[in-house]
Order: sequence, then C-alpha cells, then structure tokens
Amino acid sequence: MATIADEMQQPVAAEAVQTGYHYPDANGHFGRYGGRFVPETLMHPLAELTDAYERYLKDPAFLAELDNDLRDYVGRPSPLYHAERWSRELGGAQIFLKREDLNHTGAHKVNNTVGQALLAKRMGKTRIIAETGAGQHGVASATVAARMGLECVVYMGEVDVARQRANVYRMRLLGAQVVSVKSGSRTLKDALNEAMRDWVTNVDNTFYIIGTVAGPHPYPAMVRDFQAVIGREARTQMLERSGRLPDVVLACVGGGSNAIGLFYPFIDDADVRMIGVEAGGEGIASGHHAAPLCAGKPGVLHGNRTYLMEDENGQIAATHSVSAGLDYPGVGPEHAWLKDSGRAEYIAVSDDEALAAFHGLTRTEGIMPALETSHALAYAAKLAPTLRRDQTIVVNLSGRGDKDMDTVAQLDGIVL
Amino acid sequence: MSRIDGLFERLRGQGRTALIPFVTAGDPQPDVTVALMHRMVAAGADLIELGVPFSDPIADGPVIQRATERALAAGVRLRDVLEMVRAFRTQDTVTPVVLMGYLNPIEIMGVETFAAEAAAAGVDGALVVDVPPEEAAELAGKLRPHALDLVYLLAPTSDAERIARIGGVASGFVYYVAVKGVTGAGNLDIDGVGAKLAEIRARIPLPVGVGFGIKDGESAARVAAVADAVIVGSAIVERIEALMETPAAIADAVADFIGALRQAIDAADRRREAP
Ligand SMILES: Cc1ncc(COP(=O)(O)O)c(C=O)c1O
Repeated sequence: MATIADEMQQPVAAEAVQTGYHYPDANGHFGRYGGRFVPETLMHPLAELTDAYERYLKDPAFLAELDNDLRDYVGRPSPLYHAERWSRELGGAQIFLKREDLNHTGAHKVNNTVGQALLAKRMGKTRIIAETGAGQHGVASATVAARMGLECVVYMGEVDVARQRANVYRMRLLGAQVVSVKSGSRTLKDALNEAMRDWVTNVDNTFYIIGTVAGPHPYPAMVRDFQAVIGREARTQMLERSGRLPDVVLACVGGGSNAIGLFYPFIDDADVRMIGVEAGGEGIASGHHAAPLCAGKPGVLHGNRTYLMEDENGQIAATHSVSAGLDYPGVGPEHAWLKDSGRAEYIAVSDDEALAAFHGLTRTEGIMPALETSHALAYAAKLAPTLRRDQTIVVNLSGRGDKDMDTVAQLDGIVL
Repeated sequence: MSRIDGLFERLRGQGRTALIPFVTAGDPQPDVTVALMHRMVAAGADLIELGVPFSDPIADGPVIQRATERALAAGVRLRDVLEMVRAFRTQDTVTPVVLMGYLNPIEIMGVETFAAEAAAAGVDGALVVDVPPEEAAELAGKLRPHALDLVYLLAPTSDAERIARIGGVASGFVYYVAVKGVTGAGNLDIDGVGAKLAEIRARIPLPVGVGFGIKDGESAARVAAVADAVIVGSAIVERIEALMETPAAIADAVADFIGALRQAIDAADRRREAP
C-alpha cells in the first residue's frame, strides 16, 4: 500500500489537475462556506499555522515520521472487514466496515491528533489544548501529549463529563487536565468556546488541536488531510478486494471528520455515492436533534460559515443526541459545500434507530460500535436492503462502543 | 461629519482622551440600559459601546459571558438593542453609540436590514468581534452607504502587514486589544502597549482606543497617557453584576465609577499637556 509520504509528495498543483476538486481556496473558503471568522488576536497565529501545515505536508521527513507513527503507534492500515453475516441478515448490498475502532485509543480521532501533535512539536509549542464531546478526541489528544511530553488541557462540557466518565478518567490517567465547562449548554460547543478562549490567551506556547473539520481555516482542510488516510486505504482495499470501487461510502457526521476522511479520496469518483448521517435525536420534527445539514441554515460559528442549528434571532440552539460526539450545532464547512453542490447526501437517524443498530451489529458480528458510529450503521441497515447483493457499501466504523456502556445500560434500564 | 469623527476632533482640540464604557445591552434586565447610558454620559463617558448578546461569545471572559447570559435570559435580542438606541437618541443626539457583538445575529437579520435599521435607530458604528478584514467585505459594503463605521480590532499579534491592511479599511477609530486574552483578562503591560501604539499610529491615521485589562483609575490614567480613548468593559459589568438583585442601584454605582475614571483620565491629560 502506498504510504502517505508517497502520495503527498506529488506536487499539489498536479494533484489539483488530476482530481478536479480543489477546495478550499487560499482563504479557506469552500464555496461560500468556511473562512476565518475569529478575533484579530488569532489571525496571525492562524496564518503561522497555515504556513507550517502547508510546508510540512510537503516535507518528506515530516511525512515519513507521520507514516511511522500511523503504522507503529496507531496500528494502520486499519482492516476493511466484510460484515458477511450482517449483510446476509439485512438481505441486500454487501457491507464493509472500515475498522477505525481498532486504532489505538479506539476511534478515528487519533489519526488527526498524531498529525497535529507532530506539527505542534515542529512549531516549538509546549502545550496542547483540545475540546472534546464524547471524550474520544480528548483521549486521543491526551495520548499523543503523553507520548511527546507536552502539557495537555482538555475542555469538556459538564454534561459530557457526566455521561462519559470513563473517558474523563482515561484522560486524567494520561496526565491531562480535564476542565469541566459550565457555560452555555455545557456540551461540545461550549467546550470549543472555552478552548478558543484559552488559545487567545496562551497563543505563544499553545497549540490548539481541534478534533474535527470545523473551526477557522486551516483546521477544516488540515484535519481532513490527516483523516483522509481512512478513505485512501479504503479505496485501495476495496479495489484489491473486489476490483472495483464501492457503490456507497457512508459515515456519521458530528463535526464531520470521520466522514470527510472517508469521502475525500472518493470525491472525484462520480459513481460513488457519499452519504453522511446526522444525529436525528428524538426526530427532526421534535426539534430535539443535532442535524444542522438536514434541518439547519447557514450562519457563522466557531470561526467558519456553515450550516447551523440556531433560532430566528441567530442564537445557537441547544442540540440533543444520545451520542455526545454528535451533539454539536454546527458541522464542518466542507460538508456544507458538498451538500449544496449535491456531491454528498445527508440524512438523519434517530436515537432509537442508532441504538437498534448498536445492538444489531454487536449481536451479529461481535463488534460493539460507538453510539456515534451506530448512526451510520442504522442508515446502512436501511439502505442495504434497497440495493442489489453485488453492490457494496463501505461504512466508516469510526469508533468502538466501550465508552458508551453506561449510556446504553441506562437506556436499557440496567444499573452497572 | 459623523458623530464619531466629530467627537475625536473635538477632544483632540481640547487635548483630552475619550472614555468609552462598555455594557451589555439588557444586563441584568432590559429596562436598566437606556437610563444607564444617560447616566454614564452625564458622569463623563464620551462614546458608549453596547454589547449585543450572543449565545457563544468566544472573545469574552467569564464576567461578560455572565452578562450575556443574563441578557439572553431576559429575552434581549439584536432588535431590542436597536430599540434601546432609538430610545436613547430621543434625548441624546450627540454621544456616539457603537454596537459590539458577533456576526451571526446580524447575518440572520440580514446585513442590509441591519445596516438600515441600525442607522435609523441612531447607531454610529459596529464592532463585530469575529469579522476580521479578510471576511468583512460584505458587511463593510452594506454599512458604508448608511454612514456606519466598521470598527476593527488590533491585537498584540497583529504584525505590520495586518496593521496596514486594517488601516486600509477602518473608519471611525480602531480598537487595540491590549492583552492576549479574552475580555476581563489580566495584566496590562503598559510599556508594550505604548510601543505597539507607536507602530499602529505610523500606519493608521485614525484615533486608537485601548481596551482589555483596564480596571480602575490608575490603569485608565496610564492608558490615557498613550491612547486616544480608554475603553472599560468588564470592570463596569462586574459592578452591574454585584447589584443585579437591586437594579435601581446600578446607575448610581456605575456613574460613580465612570466619574472616578473620568477624573483619573483628565488628570493624566493635564499632566501630558503640561510642558
Ligand atoms: C467514534 C466517533 N465517531 C464519530 C464522532 C463524530 O465526530 P466527527 O463527525 O468529527 O467524525 C466522534 C466524536 O467524538 C466519535 O468519537
């Protein structure tokens, strides 16, 4: 399999000609989305970060180090597993699972934190901050910080601290300081607000590792590029396995990093359908959900223009999802662009459907998915029976479900 | 001439530094604000910055975050803030008012609608914290025909190139954020501020206000020695918060504080003018 170093050393211009798709533009815009909507204090640091990221993503030594870390520390490439029994039970398309749950720390998040931590080190930063919802990104950040001997502070909404207690403890074991954020809705968006405030204050020595493809430019592009290893591997693996590309690639969408990581290398394969699954919560009609692409409108939050859940006065709305990692009122700007351009489709599934898929995959395949991931699986279960048996769906199995034991047990009325 | 330009021209003629208080509109309840604005003017405020509540104020520290939450809980939205300015203008047609807030509430109202309604209400300018010049083209284009100034921030991290870029688009005045941090944050490095202001003045011909970290007469006086305007926010909002259970007492307390800041600034201005 080609390494990242091999693939990324192709000149950027040549790649653009080859692929056709070349977003964002130099100012970080994906069509009308994205950009850099931040206080002036952060503009210069963002420019520095952009310079470093553009330079190192063409630097063979950096890419070789990244390759090594992804192989020996993360455990890549992750397998592409044919879920034969589940596919048979659903009675339609063949479902392949891209096993990001088998990565070190149990989710796709680490692909990005390994990359950004290497960048932080190259830029001479000694302190890492991160926001987290489910705690997976916080754990992945605390992990790389421990490995590199960097100070690490993770911001997490008070509500999420309560529902993801095991991950909070993991972060503390790893030496990170977990700050429980008590402002606003006390979930992921407020953790992001607080991390931004920290960054503005400590910008000289601090590197902010954003955990998804949101935030101001260059984060949406940079996180995508670090996560695109998922789609590059999946594409190669499918071709090796079946001699052709998948019919559908499918992933859950919180901020959108595991989805864009899978989608990006398929964008120019016009025959491959790309489907992102948002958190429908108690149903779109109920208003209690976290599905900005399905039910929101464009606005500006956390440094970029994108689809948001907001009220008629432009105040950001409270969201609801059974999964903390999808409980976010915004979404990465590239997804907003892919939606408007029609290249990708976005749908929502409810808490109940996600829980059913959680149990379904666990029982038929012995793979316990994260509740975030279960949203993607729920839609795969709906879609597969509508397709032919010789068609294929690749689902990004973005993370494992161990962290969700408490939540699932509680919903099932069981006290652990 | 706009109210803002007129103000700074008059003060320059008098050798005086402007005092700009910030309060969050509708904190702790909507009926406090207009009367408070008048009292602040009477106590020596030259221009009023009125915060527009937004659910996700990433540039604000805990004090102004809490003020924002109180105002939002009281139901204060951008339209209500414009109504407050309209009410203020029935008695004060002189003191400039600048709205300070975030882009999303403006965008959802419609930038054009906002510009027209803000101008009609008697607003003089807007400082939109999350809109740097790179993203400001549409907003600036819609504000200009209504003679509204778009006030830009400058920061310790703004290099010569950024200062020049902002100088090319700013009007009214520019706002130098004296510390790396959020509103209400810590320690003012007055020597650093002085050096940076020299750099800014060399590239931007507009008056320069300095804010963040000014909490009392002493820090106000030190900033007055180098700036065209002293901007005080969190220290005022803290006083409002302390009296939120007895809102009738807020105007007196804030007016006392503004009066003390005014005295300190005037004394600094006299020292500077003295040979
Ligand atoms: C396992 C897993 N999948 C998905 C997500 C959602 O994030 P994103 O949409 O950025 O992939 C999270 C976030 O915490 C997660 O932990």
